[in-house]
Amino acid sequence: MIPPSIHSNRGAAWLRPALLGALLAFTPALRAQIKVGDSFPSLQSAELDGARPDTAGKVLLVDFWASWCTPCKASFPAYARIYGDFSPRGLALVAVSVDKVPADYAAFLRKMAPPFATARDVGQRLVTMVRVPSMPTSYLMGRDGRVRFIHEGFHNAGTEAEIRKEIEALLNEKSAP
Amino acid sequence: MKTRCIAVFALASLAAVLGGCASATAVRVQPWERATLADYTMRPDRDPLGTQLDEHIYFSREAASGGRGVGGSGCGCN
Repeated sequence: MIPPSIHSNRGAAWLRPALLGALLAFTPALRAQIKVGDSFPSLQSAELDGARPDTAGKVLLVDFWASWCTPCKASFPAYARIYGDFSPRGLALVAVSVDKVPADYAAFLRKMAPPFATARDVGQRLVTMVRVPSMPTSYLMGRDGRVRFIHEGFHNAGTEAEIRKEIEALLNEKSAP
Repeated sequence: MKTRCIAVFALASLAAVLGGCASATAVRVQPWERATLADYTMRPDRDPLGTQLDEHIYFSREAASGGRGVGGSGCGCN
């Protein structure tokens, strides 16, 4: 004869793994997108195949792109102009490709010949962490490494003008102590 | 004992079903995973002759043509 107190403990014992299972099942839905105000994951520790420039204390623009994404092709000349104008004043720009096929990535870069740093997100780990809402998406970080502006898609001159204005504002902010 | 087994099974089934509904990765192709959808072969208008024949059938049946202005493939970019 088992006392009632032991009965109740056994009940709790089977309930715990079941609740844990339910929690694990919901885990993908709990992963959140990177939002304005969040810190951006470190590019140095990400598994990137390509250039990783020194971004410490700089205003950083990270653009997620792919060779199969048509607006990404339109964005590269604009980013080249932005980089040319603002890099001497402290802008770092890294274009992160989500291409799974290295040859597609290389062919795109041969054609576009961007002056800024590019890298391929091997295994799409960084983009999965960031959870970009659309392709392309660019994240503009202040000197403190926090996300200040997010641009979903690329809408030609309008997006370029907005990004220029935002970079100007961020560069004019005082450096973090 | 039997009741407990049924309860565990019911709870596990519920978690699996609800987890499947809630899991964005299981039910949705993420924006960065759409390389295949963006391929040229996914375009509905990739075959000009086929498009012309479809348009002819549509015109014969509906007495109307055009209005199929959605271009591009399925990457959903921008």
